[in-house]
Amino acid sequence: MNNPRGETLLWLAQRASAAVLAICVVVHLGTMIHAVRGGLTAAEILGRVRGQAGWEMFYWVFVVAVAIHAPLGLRTIARELSGWRGPTLEAATALAAFLLALFGSRAVTGLVG
Amino acid sequence: MAEAMLDVRVWRGAGDGAFRTYAVPRRANQTVLDVVSWIQRHLDPTLSYRFACRVGMCGSCAMSVNGVPRWTCRTHIAKVAAEGALTVAPLRNLPVIKDLAVDMAPFFAKWARARGQFDPRSGLGSEFARVPPASPERAAADAGIECIGCAVCYSACDVVAWMPEYLGPAALNRAWTLINDTRDGGRKPRLAAVAGDAGCHACHGQEGCRKHCPKSLDPSGAIAGLKRMSALAALKGEI
Repeated sequence: MNNPRGETLLWLAQRASAAVLAICVVVHLGTMIHAVRGGLTAAEILGRVRGQAGWEMFYWVFVVAVAIHAPLGLRTIARELSGWRGPTLEAATALAAFLLALFGSRAVTGLVG
Repeated sequence: MAEAMLDVRVWRGAGDGAFRTYAVPRRANQTVLDVVSWIQRHLDPTLSYRFACRVGMCGSCAMSVNGVPRWTCRTHIAKVAAEGALTVAPLRNLPVIKDLAVDMAPFFAKWARARGQFDPRSGLGSEFARVPPASPERAAADAGIECIGCAVCYSACDVVAWMPEYLGPAALNRAWTLINDTRDGGRKPRLAAVAGDAGCHACHGQEGCRKHCPKSLDPSGAIAGLKRMSALAALKGEI
C-alpha cells in the first residue's frame, strides 16, 4: 500500500466534487428541460446566457468538478479491473483531467462568449 | 414411506476440481455442517473441510452454500434447501486447498497489514484501564468486537474479488475496533496502514459484508468510520 495521505485526499476530492456535481447536474438538467419545454430555441437560450456572469460562474464550477471527479473515478475503475498502477496510471489520470478541463472550458466560453 | 433425501452437490478437488453429487438422508434440525459431516463419515472419508466448535464461536466452518457465504454449523437445511437441493462450495476469494477447505493465510495476513494487533499506549500503568461502557469510543468498538474471523464477509466482498490486494471488510473492521480502543496507542500508523490504495477508500459501500455477516456486525459502517477519520487525519497532516 502506498501514499495513504495522497489516496485519502484524492478520495476526499472525489467525494467533494460529487457533492458539487449533484447540485450542478440538477440545475443544468432542470434548466434545460424547463427551457426546451418553454419552446426556446438554442439561439434564444444562447442569447439569454451570453454575458451572464452567474451562468458563466456556474458552468466553470461544473467543469472544474467534472475534471476532478471523472478522472478519479476512471482511475479507480482502471485499478480494480486491470490492476493498473504506478506513474503511468497517474499520468493517464492527469491527462483525462486536462482533456476534460480543456473541452469543458471550450464549451463554457462557447456558451457565454 | 421412502426416506426423504437431500441432493447435495459438493466441490471436490482444488481450484480445478468439480462438483460431485451425494444423496444424504434428510433429518430434523439438520445443519449444512451436519450434511457435510454425514458425507464424510458415510460416503467419502476423503472429503476435506474444517470445523471446530459447532456452535458459531470459532469461525472455522464457513463455506459457500447455494452460492451464499455462510457459517455452516448454524445454517439449517430448512432455511437454505427447503426444496431438497443443496450446493456446497469453498469460500470465494481465497485459494482452495482441497474440497471445502480454503487457505486462510491471505485473509489473516491482511489483518496484520491493517495493523490488527493491539498496540498498548504508553502511560497505561499497572492498574486495569477503565473504559466507560457508555463512551462513544467503547460503543464504536463494541459494534465490531464480536468478529469471529470466519471470512464470510471477505468472501462476500466484490471489491476483494476485483482487487485481490484490497484489505477487505474483516481486517478493516478489526482496525476500526482498535482505533476506538482508548488503551491503544497505534492510531496514526494504523490509519496510515488502512488508508492506502488498497485500504478503506477502495470500498464501494455495497454492504455485502454487512448483509452476510453471521454475527450481524456492520463492517461497512466500520469502513465508513475509517474513511471519515482518515480524511480528517489527512487534512490535519497526521497521516
